[in-house]
Amino acid sequence: MRKSITLYGLTFSLPLLVWQLLFFLFPLVFLIALSFWTVKNFRLQPDFDTANWVRMYGREVFWQAYFLTLALAASASVIASVLAFPCSYAIAFKFSETARRWSVFLMVIPFFTSYIVRVYSWQVFLSDNGIINAALAWVGLGPFGMLNTTFGTMIGYLTLSFPLVVLLQLFSLMFIDRTLIEAAHNLRCGRLRTVFEVVIPSAKVGLVIAALFCFILTFGDFVSPLYLGGGDPPTLSILITDTTKSGQQWPRAAVIALTMIATLLTVAFAAIGYAYRGRGR
Amino acid sequence: MSDFNRNPLIDWALKLYALLAFAFVFAPIAASFVFSFNEDRFPSLPLGGFSTKWYVAVATDPLVWEGLQNTLAVGLTVSIVATALGFGAAYTDFRYRFFGKPVYLALALLPPTIPVVILGLAMLAFLSRVELSGHGYSVMIAHVVMCAPFAMAIIRLRLSQMDPDLEAAAWNLGASEWGGMRHVILPFTRPAIFAALFITMAVSFDEFAVAWFVSGLNETLPVKVLGFLQGQVSPRINAIGTFVFVTSMVLVILAQVLLMKRSAGQDVVADDKE
Repeated sequence: MRKSITLYGLTFSLPLLVWQLLFFLFPLVFLIALSFWTVKNFRLQPDFDTANWVRMYGREVFWQAYFLTLALAASASVIASVLAFPCSYAIAFKFSETARRWSVFLMVIPFFTSYIVRVYSWQVFLSDNGIINAALAWVGLGPFGMLNTTFGTMIGYLTLSFPLVVLLQLFSLMFIDRTLIEAAHNLRCGRLRTVFEVVIPSAKVGLVIAALFCFILTFGDFVSPLYLGGGDPPTLSILITDTTKSGQQWPRAAVIALTMIATLLTVAFAAIGYAYRGRGR
Repeated sequence: MSDFNRNPLIDWALKLYALLAFAFVFAPIAASFVFSFNEDRFPSLPLGGFSTKWYVAVATDPLVWEGLQNTLAVGLTVSIVATALGFGAAYTDFRYRFFGKPVYLALALLPPTIPVVILGLAMLAFLSRVELSGHGYSVMIAHVVMCAPFAMAIIRLRLSQMDPDLEAAAWNLGASEWGGMRHVILPFTRPAIFAALFITMAVSFDEFAVAWFVSGLNETLPVKVLGFLQGQVSPRINAIGTFVFVTSMVLVILAQVLLMKRSAGQDVVADDKE
């Protein structure tokens, strides 16, 4: 059945399309143009000058930040996935139906709490006179410097991504065919071996997507590396906020942002390609 | 070789691990609640005395009130516009097939996957170019972009529970397309529409990064909190955080309750058809 375009249909389809074109796609495309503009006397001028790209790519600070951000986000994805898996596994296979529903509800709650407030709260835990060190001093240990370290950044990254990783892993684990696991057990496949050779391959797509979302979230986050990691050396997102907020160097910030988008797209396509490879065997 | 299926010890350890994971997730939320009532300026153990002075400090701070006003104005407007746009997109996806639909859906759903710093920078640069940056409505424009996908997802899920023939049945009985919309689609999706209103409002209440880029002087409450974070240690953040948490949770639970009441919308449809 083919329908012609009607006023009725357009009333519902067009507003979102127009809004997202105007205020989502155009701004992102505009970043490309912006990266070739120049700043003279603190004023932006339309131009076609590759100076911003040359300048940013020629800087050691930029590449240092780039590889730091890449390494941090990649580690966060691995750490979050590994730490989340036993948790999602327990919820999927060991919890009762009611407990599982509650777990999903509880893991959704963090999305509606302020991330900055939680990061501030971690400062209270991790600082030199904070809760953890006070507790450790009680048993005669410490103090350990945890704030303004990579460890602090990781705690923040996990705060941001852990609930989402658990939820995505959980949804893929819940849909595994239970008879597969029973079959493995009947064939005398050991417990751990069942997990690695049956459960993980069956849930592979969900597990990879979960890690990918963790990567996307942490790659672009500037709060944790700044307020828990100390911000020195900076990550790419910190460089963007610094470059944008201090002065008018928006074109250079645009160069960083575009580099980030390119990296994220590459990682996303690689991850999705990997997730679906060899399926349907 | 391990035994079949159940080993109580391993089950027990796994459950304990899951509980620890929940403890990790909720520790900062709980701590912020506890310390908002703690009288010490530098929060640590052991706890100081009980005090509501941080709430008083927050309540008497004109900056906070200003931020709250902006947040409420932004949140209300955003939830209405984003839900309207999201409803349109969800209905489009439900009802129509057309060339380029995947692109349409990508535009509708992608914004939450773009890192907020990049979105913030792009919006700031673009909006200031067209003279829309730094106004009260700048944050609204940006937040609608980020919230509409959530509204669309919620309403689309509800529509997928509906029999597509219901609408066609209404047309056969002589209803116009607009009539079908009013008497079939809208009543059926009503709980999801309200849920979307609350969820988008909650998302907008907590969004700080893009708001920070584009708000200029019209800072919303989360942007002010980010400002506090850059300054000194202050338990005021805990007081604001607890307040915002309670507000958001009320909105989310309202949305949840609405979505749980599945029969509500169906009854209305049944009534209308009689």
